Amino acid sequence: MTLLDDNSTTGTAAKSGAGETAKSEPSRPSAAELGAALIAPGAERVHRRDETSAVIRIDEADAEMVEAVDPDPMSDEPMIINMGPVHPSTHGVLRLVLEMQGEQVLRSKPVIGYLHTGMEKTGETLSYLQGTTNVTRMDYASPLFNELVFSLATETLLDIEVPPRAQWIRTMMCELNRISSHLLFQATNGMDVGAVSMMLYGNRLREETLRLLEKVTGLRMNNNYIRPGGVAVDLPDGWREDVMALMDHLPPLIDEFDTLLTGQPIFRERLQGVGTINAEECLALGVTGPILRGSGYAWDLRRDMPYLKYDEVDFDVIIGTYGDCFDRYAVRLNEMRESMKIVRQCVEMMPPGDYRIQDKKVTPPPRARIDESMEALIHHFKIFTEGFKVPEGEVYVAVESPRGELGCYMVSDGGAHPYRMHIRAPSFVNLQTMPHMMQDSLVADAVAIISSVDPVLGEVDR
Amino acid sequence: MNLASLYRPLVAVDPLFTAGVGLEEVLIVALKVVVAFTLLLVSVMLMIWFERKLHADMTNRVGPNIAGPFGLLQTLADGIKLFFKEDLRPAAGDKRVFGLAPYLTLIPAFLMFTVVPVGGDFHNGDGTVTWFGNTTHLQVADPPIGILFVLAMSSMAVYGIMLAGWSSGSKYPLFGSVRASAQMVSYEAALGLSLVAVLIKSGTLSTHEIVASQADGWNWNLWVTGFIPFIVFMIASTAELNRPPFDLVEAEQEIVGGFHTEYSSIRFSLFFLGEYMNVVTMSGVMVTLFFGGPDGPIPFLTSLGWLWGIFWFVLKVVAFCFTFIWFRATLPRFRYDQLMDLGWKLLIPLSLGWLIALASLDLARSEGWNRGLVGVIAFGGLVLMGLLLNAAVNAGQRKRLAGEGVD
Repeated sequence: MTLLDDNSTTGTAAKSGAGETAKSEPSRPSAAELGAALIAPGAERVHRRDETSAVIRIDEADAEMVEAVDPDPMSDEPMIINMGPVHPSTHGVLRLVLEMQGEQVLRSKPVIGYLHTGMEKTGETLSYLQGTTNVTRMDYASPLFNELVFSLATETLLDIEVPPRAQWIRTMMCELNRISSHLLFQATNGMDVGAVSMMLYGNRLREETLRLLEKVTGLRMNNNYIRPGGVAVDLPDGWREDVMALMDHLPPLIDEFDTLLTGQPIFRERLQGVGTINAEECLALGVTGPILRGSGYAWDLRRDMPYLKYDEVDFDVIIGTYGDCFDRYAVRLNEMRESMKIVRQCVEMMPPGDYRIQDKKVTPPPRARIDESMEALIHHFKIFTEGFKVPEGEVYVAVESPRGELGCYMVSDGGAHPYRMHIRAPSFVNLQTMPHMMQDSLVADAVAIISSVDPVLGEVDR
Repeated sequence: MNLASLYRPLVAVDPLFTAGVGLEEVLIVALKVVVAFTLLLVSVMLMIWFERKLHADMTNRVGPNIAGPFGLLQTLADGIKLFFKEDLRPAAGDKRVFGLAPYLTLIPAFLMFTVVPVGGDFHNGDGTVTWFGNTTHLQVADPPIGILFVLAMSSMAVYGIMLAGWSSGSKYPLFGSVRASAQMVSYEAALGLSLVAVLIKSGTLSTHEIVASQADGWNWNLWVTGFIPFIVFMIASTAELNRPPFDLVEAEQEIVGGFHTEYSSIRFSLFFLGEYMNVVTMSGVMVTLFFGGPDGPIPFLTSLGWLWGIFWFVLKVVAFCFTFIWFRATLPRFRYDQLMDLGWKLLIPLSLGWLIALASLDLARSEGWNRGLVGVIAFGGLVLMGLLLNAAVNAGQRKRLAGEGVD
C-alpha cells in the first residue's frame, strides 16, 4: 500500500518537474490518482494514510519502550499506552497500542501474534480426518463452525454429498453453538461496560447450552463432532426432549437481558453512538458478521449463499441502523432468537437416515464389523493411520460463523494431507475496524468497542 | 491560652466535659475510641462478607462458604494472606508518597465515623446515656463543627487515592489518579450543597443535634427537606465512595484497578479496608442526616432505650449497605464524560436550586409572608432555571458539534 502514502502527491509533483523526459513517457496515473480510484465512496475514513489516520504507525517494539510516565506535568505530548496483551478486557491476548491525549484515544493499533500456534501449518501434516481436531481449536467459542467449514471444504474436493440427516444435525448443532457463542458475547460485553452480573448470567446460560452440546458430542468445547462425511455420532436418545427443553428454557432468560441491559439508561448511554462504522467502511475493510449487519447491510451467508439446510428453514437476518456498539449488541441478542427459531425447525424436520455418508473410502467401517472381517480391520487401520486420499484441486468454502464469514481455502495435491489449508478467520479481519472505531473516543469506549467486535484471539492468530 | 480553649471547639457539645476534663473523662473517651475502632473493623469485615455473599446470591452463586460459619471469616483469611504477600514497590514511583497514600485513605474513613451518633434514646430522652455517673453521647466525639468535619474528612480521602495513583509512576494508576481528582472534586460540590439543605432545616452543624431535631419519624430530614437532597446526596456519596456505577477510579475493565494497580500486600489491603470502611461510615452519615440516626420506635425495655437506638441505627446502615451492593450488581459503569455531565449539569444545579427554594420557604415562614405564593415562585423559578440551563447546554453542544467552539 505504499502507493497510498501521504507524501505520494508531493513525490509525483517533484518527478514531473525534474525534466522534459517525463512528457514522453506513457502517461501513468499518479499515485494520488490511483489511490483516489481505490477509495470506496463513503469509506474515506478508513483509507487515510496521513497523520489523521486512525492507525498509529509505530513499531511494536518501540511502543514497548515508551513505558515511563512523562515527568513534566505541563507536557501535552500524547502518551503511548500498551493495553494488553495482559489486560482484563482485551479478550485474551490482544494488545492495543494506544496514543492517548488524556482520556482520549487519538490513534491506535492492534498488535497480534501472542497466541500464534501455527495451526494452519500443522493442518498440512494431519490427515483430513484429523484436520477437524486441529481447526476446532481456532475459534474456541464456536468450534463447530470451524469443523463444519473444514469438512465442507474436504467434501467439496471429494465431491461427495452427506446424507440429509447429517446435514440437519449439522445445522441444528451449529445454531446451538451460535447461541452459546452469542451468550458468551453478552457476558463479556456486559462485563466490559461494568455490569459485572452479566458475566455470570451470560455464562450460566452458555453453560446450559454447552451441556446440551456435551450430551450430543461428548465435549463442551473443541467437540470434533462434525467430520468429513457427516458427523461423529448420531443424536443420543431423548435428544428431542433435551433440545426442546432448552429452547423453552432460554427465551424468558434472554428476555431478562432486555430488562437488565437494553432498557437500562446507563447501558444505552455507554453503547449508543460509540464505535460507529458504516456499511461502506465495513465493505472496504472486508468486515462481515454482526459488525457488517449492525451497520445496516443485510449480508448473511446462511441466506445469501445457503449451505447445509439453511435454504429450507425460515429465519430473519437481523440488521442494525447506526453501526454502533449498541446495534452490534442488539444484532447478536436477536440473532440468538433467530437461531432458536432455526433449532426448533430442525427438530421438527429432522429426517431419519444415516448420520454419515456410507462411502467406504471416507467412512471407517462400524466397530462391529472389525471383529468379523479382516478387510474391515485393514480398512479401519488404513483410514486412521494413512487417511483417505483427496483428489487434486483447490477450493474455498465459507460459512456464517457467529463472528462473520468463516472460510476455508484448501489445496490438495492428491495425497492424504492437505497441501495447504488456510482459514479465513472473521475475527482477524474484523480486528482491523478497531482503530477506526476507536479514534477520538474515550478509553472506556475503547473497551466497549473491543468487546463489540467480539474477537477470539485463537482464531486471529491461528 | 489554656488547654480548654484548644479542645473546646472539638468536644464542647458533649455533656461529658461540662464539669471539666479529669482522668475519668479521658478514660471514657479512650474506651469509646477503642470500642468504636474495633466495632468499625468488625463491621468492615462483615460488610465485605455481606457484599460477597449478597452479590453471589444475586448472580446465582454460593459465595464464600469455607472459612468459618457461612464463610464469615473469609475476610480475615484474605487479610492474613495479603499480610504475608510480598510488598512490591514500583521502581519508578515516589517511595515515600507511595507508602503514605493508603493511610491517607484509611484514617479519614475512621475519623469520619467518630462523629456519627450510633445510639441513644432520642424518642423519650435527649439521646444521652449515663454510665457510672457520667452523662455522655453515644459517639466518640461531638464537635460543634460536626458536619464540616465529615466534609473535610471525605475531601482528605481524595488525596490518598490521588497520591497513590500519582506516586505509582505507572500509566494506568495515573489515569485512575486523574479520574479520582476530577470525579471527587465535582461530586464533593453536589454532596456539600445537598447537605446544606439539612443544615438549614436542623439549624446546627453538630451531628447529635441534627439527630435530636429529627426525633420522631415524621421529622426525619428525608421528608422535611423533600427527598431531592437525599437523592442527590445518595448519588454523590456513591461517587465519593467510588462504588459502582461510579467506580471509574478503579474500573478494572478499563484501567486495570486504577490507583491501586501497583499496590500489593498489606498496602493494598489498607486501601481495601479504607474503601469498605468508607461505605459503612457514609451509610452512617446518611442515616444521621436524613433518617434520624438511631431514632426509631421503642416497643419495650424503655429504660434501655439507647440499646434500641443502636438496633435501629444498625438496621438502617445495613439497608444502605444493601443498596450499595445492589447498585453494583445491577448497573453498568458510567463513562468519564457522562459522569461529569451528571455531576455538573444535573446534580449541582438541582441541589443548589432546591437549596434556594427551601431557604426562601424558611424565610417566608420567619417573615410571615404568604408561604404558598413564595413556594410557587421558588419552585417555578427552579423549573425555569432548569429549562434555561438545559437550553444553554444544548446550545453549547450544538456549537461544539458545528466546530465553532464554545465561548
